[in-house]
Amino acid sequence: MSITSGIVFQVLQSVLVVLIAPLMLGWVNQCRAWLQNRSGAGIWQPYQVLNKLFHKDAVLAHNASSLFRATPYILFGCMWLAVGIVPVLATSLPFAPAADVIALVGLFALARVFVSLAGMDIGTSFGTLGARREMMIGFLAEPAMLMTLFTASLISHSTSLVTIVETLAHRELVIYPSMAFAAVAFLMVLLAENARIPIDNPATHLELTMIHEAMILEYSARHLALVEWAASLKLTAYITIGIAMFLPWGIAQAGDWAGLLIALAVLAVKLALAGAGLALLETISAKMRIFRAPEFLGTAFMLATLGMLIHFLLEI
Amino acid sequence: MPSLPLSSQLINLFAALLLLLAFAMLTQRRILSLINLFALQGFVLVLSTGVVAYSTHQTHLYYSALLTLILKVLLLPWILHRLIRALNVRWDVETLIDIPATMLIGIVLVIFAFNLATPISQIAGTITRSTLGIATASILLAFLMMITRRKAVSQVIGFLAMENGLFFAATSATYGMPMVVELGIALDVLIGTFIFGVFFFHIRETFESLDIHHLEKLKER
Repeated sequence: MSITSGIVFQVLQSVLVVLIAPLMLGWVNQCRAWLQNRSGAGIWQPYQVLNKLFHKDAVLAHNASSLFRATPYILFGCMWLAVGIVPVLATSLPFAPAADVIALVGLFALARVFVSLAGMDIGTSFGTLGARREMMIGFLAEPAMLMTLFTASLISHSTSLVTIVETLAHRELVIYPSMAFAAVAFLMVLLAENARIPIDNPATHLELTMIHEAMILEYSARHLALVEWAASLKLTAYITIGIAMFLPWGIAQAGDWAGLLIALAVLAVKLALAGAGLALLETISAKMRIFRAPEFLGTAFMLATLGMLIHFLLEI
Repeated sequence: MPSLPLSSQLINLFAALLLLLAFAMLTQRRILSLINLFALQGFVLVLSTGVVAYSTHQTHLYYSALLTLILKVLLLPWILHRLIRALNVRWDVETLIDIPATMLIGIVLVIFAFNLATPISQIAGTITRSTLGIATASILLAFLMMITRRKAVSQVIGFLAMENGLFFAATSATYGMPMVVELGIALDVLIGTFIFGVFFFHIRETFESLDIHHLEKLKER
């Protein structure tokens, strides 16, 4: 693999993921609409929303600090970096050694800190409330996420996501009870971290139960567009991490152009299925009271820890 | 890691499911779901015993599996369903368990059980030896469930789940107990459930509740 083709692959993957992230969100929303017997807004709706928001004039509160203005860019940058590190299309990209799974979790934490600070920056009660809730969910979800990633790391003897994918994709099919536990835990963390239904309702505005929307209530125009785009990128990043860990088959090597086409097709199928599954999960479950969230995420943590313990007992 | 034969992988998977169900029972608040989980745990036990019997050609294990199927998947859940209907506690919810704390204690118990079982399973020569830790863990978790619950019915389910764990431990350490012992235990459990059933009615008649904390008061009202 030459360095140039590696860089070409890296740029290709980063640009592609940024462009398809709103499509992913649109697809999930469209599936939800179909499941709820509505016709839905179409899968291109998020692009239209982004287009509309980019053409508006931004309104800022008088007491907004520079932190408030910088946060959308930081948020978008963090998420873009995250999808650059995750092996979505190909392994052994030049960017990948820059960060392992622990750094990836740290990157999400950085984004969370900034969005929470921005939520509190204006001083409205809604923003502060949302920021506090977000921090509560975050501190419960992060250990569960780390434990899930450690289970995969133990199997492949590395914390680098690329090595995990390569080990899991290129070996004979073995039933890993620990990975089954980790997969369920990861799914629960995914729902909590992306403000999906058992924890938060992504369709809600101006409700007392909202978490993510409460923090970004003061944003408008291009800032709001970037925040929303970052949210869809985060969802895509989590889904691709899940695919990389639990369904890694069909990924290409960097520099392998024939493999890339197959990888693209496989990725499209996997993302479509994952989006439909997410919509189904959101349709059949009801939103929890916020005080039940520790229980939900505690269960995720317990499952991930059990997966790790079972790995030590059964799979060594 | 050298890859294991399929039967061992299946046994490990069922063992992991058993542990998961033990945790689910520990944290389940509804009595009706608790009974269903107990029946499901019995069913997983039957499947795993069946796989062990098939892969080791131990015919008596088929009888054990059949006995478990009849007793723990069909008969005992049926008796319990009838009991809670007769006692009118079908939709009861136990409110006083702190689920995150219970789960953390449960994880500590699992670590303890795994450490305890590792030296024993290194001596054992069965193909199921690595699941001994899980069997020990499910016994301890059922024990924890009996400690944390206040209602009489869920305590009895904890007791029955403990018996499930013991059965699984016997299967994984020595391919099951002799048939006489197994039949004896099965009869004991069945009779025990009947006696508990009678007790439930007495407890409720005396205290107008199934909360066993009333039993701690020694004075007449």
